[in-house]
Amino acid sequence: MKLPLIASNLLLIAALGAAAAGAQSRSQLRFCIASDPKTFNPLLVDDDPGETIRYLTGGVLVRLNRASQQLEPGLASTWRVSKGGNSIEFTLRPNLRFSDGTPFSVDDVAYTMRQLMDPALHSPSGDAFRAGNGQVISRVIGKDRISLTFSVPIVGLDKLFDQVAIMSAKSPAKEMAVLGSYYVAEDKAGSYLVLKRNPNYWKHDAHGQPLPYIDSIRVDIQQNRDIEMLRFSRGEIDFINSLNAEYYDKLVAQSPRTAIDAGVGLDAEQLWFNQVPNSPMPAYKKAWFTSAAFRKAISASINREDLARLAFRGHARPAVSWISPANKFWFNAKLTAHPFNQKAALESLAQEGFKMRNGTLYDREGHTVEFSVITNAGNKYRERMATLIQQDLAGIGVRLNVVTLDFPSLIERITRTFNYESCLLGLINNDLDPDTQMSAWLSSGANHAWNPMQKTAATAWEAEIDRLMHLQASTIDEKKRKQAVDRVQEIAWQQEPLIFLVNKNALSAISPNLRNVLPVVLRPQVYWNIDQLALDTKGVYNR
Amino acid sequence: MRLAPGFGVDEEELDSRLSAESVQSIREAHSQVESFPVFYARSITKLLHGDFGYSQTLHEPVRQLLVERFPETLKSVALGLAVGWATGLSLALLAVMSRSVFIDVTASLIASLLLCIPAAVIALLFLLAQAPGRMVVGLIVFPKIYHYAHNLLQQCASLPHVQTARAKGLGTFQVILRHILPIAAPQLCALAGVSVSIAFAATIPVEVLCDIPGIGQLAWKAALGRDLELLVNLTILITLITLLANAAGEMADHPLQRGEA
Amino acid sequence: MKCIRVSAIVFLSVLSLACLFADFLAPAPYAQQFRDEPNASASRQHLLGTDDLGRDRFSRLLYGTRVSLLLAPAAALIASVLAALVGGIAGFAGGRLQSSVMAATDLFLSLPWLFLLITVRALLPLNTTPVTSVIITFALLGCLGWAAAARVICSSVRSLCSSDMILLARASGSGGFRLLCRHILPNVKPVLAAQFWISVPVFILTEANLGILGLGVAEPMPSWGSLLRELESFSALSSQPWQFAPIVLLVVTVSCFHLALRKQELWA
Repeated sequence: MKLPLIASNLLLIAALGAAAAGAQSRSQLRFCIASDPKTFNPLLVDDDPGETIRYLTGGVLVRLNRASQQLEPGLASTWRVSKGGNSIEFTLRPNLRFSDGTPFSVDDVAYTMRQLMDPALHSPSGDAFRAGNGQVISRVIGKDRISLTFSVPIVGLDKLFDQVAIMSAKSPAKEMAVLGSYYVAEDKAGSYLVLKRNPNYWKHDAHGQPLPYIDSIRVDIQQNRDIEMLRFSRGEIDFINSLNAEYYDKLVAQSPRTAIDAGVGLDAEQLWFNQVPNSPMPAYKKAWFTSAAFRKAISASINREDLARLAFRGHARPAVSWISPANKFWFNAKLTAHPFNQKAALESLAQEGFKMRNGTLYDREGHTVEFSVITNAGNKYRERMATLIQQDLAGIGVRLNVVTLDFPSLIERITRTFNYESCLLGLINNDLDPDTQMSAWLSSGANHAWNPMQKTAATAWEAEIDRLMHLQASTIDEKKRKQAVDRVQEIAWQQEPLIFLVNKNALSAISPNLRNVLPVVLRPQVYWNIDQLALDTKGVYNR
Repeated sequence: MRLAPGFGVDEEELDSRLSAESVQSIREAHSQVESFPVFYARSITKLLHGDFGYSQTLHEPVRQLLVERFPETLKSVALGLAVGWATGLSLALLAVMSRSVFIDVTASLIASLLLCIPAAVIALLFLLAQAPGRMVVGLIVFPKIYHYAHNLLQQCASLPHVQTARAKGLGTFQVILRHILPIAAPQLCALAGVSVSIAFAATIPVEVLCDIPGIGQLAWKAALGRDLELLVNLTILITLITLLANAAGEMADHPLQRGEA
Repeated sequence: MKCIRVSAIVFLSVLSLACLFADFLAPAPYAQQFRDEPNASASRQHLLGTDDLGRDRFSRLLYGTRVSLLLAPAAALIASVLAALVGGIAGFAGGRLQSSVMAATDLFLSLPWLFLLITVRALLPLNTTPVTSVIITFALLGCLGWAAAARVICSSVRSLCSSDMILLARASGSGGFRLLCRHILPNVKPVLAAQFWISVPVFILTEANLGILGLGVAEPMPSWGSLLRELESFSALSSQPWQFAPIVLLVVTVSCFHLALRKQELWA
């Protein structure tokens, strides 16, 4: 008699447990992005919202664990990079299907690579593979094994596949058939997207429960950061991936557990002078800006601690290099931020023939040292930084005119007309590997901010940087690459073509209902482990 | 817009992961802009066939965007005009007819306060109070209606025949209906037409701030993104509405003027 | 009523004097950053506290009043004069001229002037002084802000043209420009006054928002509009009530102008 009772109790407990686990999955995660994704084609994604959707829906062969910064198996259970670094072999997981039921096979990988290597594609993820002649040879070795061979070694070859979402060669749904944890179920342009869990997602948790835990995700299009914050405080959204400093402080005061500072991030804010020879500037200003001593004096006159403290409310730190200290392997730890020293700056300028008279600085020809800085309007951090720098430079007699412009006008000035004197902008680093910054550091690069697309390097130090960047791109020996990149950072630190100001902290806001969250500095900070996140309606917050 | 700086540039060019060839290709694609007459000739031809073009900013056909979003803006404008006129005209009439200093000063202060508060702040206050964002359009329209209407009605109320009517004991309602409004009607009709433009202009900051998916929000995105096709269509739409509203105002004015004669 | 009007005049006089003598009255230069005291509360040293960068708000309000109090009414005057001319001439002429001018006005109302403003910014040198930049901004606003009032004025003028008063004036030999300027336009003053009072705060706020295009007042020069922009944030609304001082001052100033210039016979 007792046995049926015990059995029924056990069954009841099991049912309750299953119900609790199941209840965990009957849920909708909500957050906001600033604008509509430009495309759902994962190979063409080049904007933040597009990358968000790609991350949530795209299945990749290998996945970079944003916490450990190590690669983990994805659709491929194992992989092997050849010694030469120009070939990679993947062993795929068997019997996987796309979200619409189409079987996944090596043909899909080959198809995706062919699309990616199309020279007409022009995508950031594609260009990363297109060293050499831009060709790839796909060789199917077995039922689930494929080898991809490139014409030249490609640095960080395996890590690049974290950004390549595999597309189906056969599915009629084309790019909408996905292998990731979610698929796009609804898209109301300008308003919201709804993603639903992929019923064919390959991952399971340690207990064998299919992932993801959360049934669906509603992504609202919300450009206004104030409204996003208001909605978070009302519980209408579950997290804010990138929070500004004022709201972080406000949240810390109201509910400390919801505000997360993951530490210094990968992004940097920087100021640079226009060194384009044929820019429409007076010759004497070109002479100032091409002088390393002038640039270093300006740099020494900027109080970076105050920028971090006042503009970012203490949630930033003085920057040293284009690589953030958060990028532990590649950052040159021997370098330190330039100290604030206006006296030394004036002495250095005096050696260059600059003279201070009645609180105003003059060059050797008697011109008042006055120039403008352009930055994008609407970015409060940059507007504050520009005003702080204006005051700092007034301390050495330099008059700085702050001009805020709408972004398209600013881009036109810094990339086409070169009708500007100095510019204050940010550097967004989505990738740890410095090879992705080739275009910024090669003198022939389109993004070589201060003097882009040079036919030959204008200075000896730029030529040296060119040599070092080519060197690090041509070897897969991490030690040699590290040495080359360290030296590039050292030269940049000495010459200061880019005056690095601050590295911002990675701030986010997370609802207490969201479980298994581990915010990190690499994007996406909060939902990098989306398939393991769960919503707990009991209000238990777990980290 | 074609002459304004920033036309034909793409934020994508700043992505350092792109190769030089890709950046060049993006620039060439954006620089392949047709000449002015060719563009407009083509646009008008397409328009006559019902093809409104394609939005580069939102990656959807312009026609679809307008069909989806225009009703939202119409709701905002209708509510805004209703609230603006109801409160503005009522307060103006009250201030003029009551001849009370207290009411006049208070109404002026309220109208001035709403004129002086930035639309962003009003929108934020509404969001905080969880009130419908569309009402903000009404609060932006109201002070303009009030100031114009108040001065017009004040001028009419000081006319000799109106004062005579009041002195002879005619009720306030009768004075307003039979003596003041008919005189002020032509200007009020013109103001009605203009208020439609004011309401449409007010929807831009309100829809952007309150995240209402209307054509105001669309116009802002098109302007910042230099989306020529979308902006041309929106301008044509707004111009048509303005012309219609003002024409309606004039038509309403004519019978009144004939009546006066 | 008289005492309200006198109070308004006294307030405006005190404000004007305060602006004129801002150099003496302000406790600190408007650009000086007290970097150890950012976002400070109101105190003896900082009557309205400090902003994000530690700048004394009271000083910035005094200097900002100088900019806005001078330039916004000037721009409003330009807009009103243009509205009077365009609307007046169209209404006076009538017929086809009126129709075409009003159609052009409607088109003017519908066009996105954002791009004209962006183009103006592009044509200005980057090292334009803040004073020059803000003067150009307000002048532009004045030149662009006339269209709405022009329509209403046109309608008023049309009504007046058929009135007995004007008929008498014509019969007395008055005609053309003289009739327009001496008999018609003075009678549309209420509409022009409304246009003027609406334009002043609207232009102040618009100047602040034009900062997004690089127009408007440049740092570190303050204006009412730039001070009001501080409020356009959820965090600002609840934390520091003294941040509302620019709004209060703007409302009181506009209302005082309104009260001070009203004719006494319009009051009961």
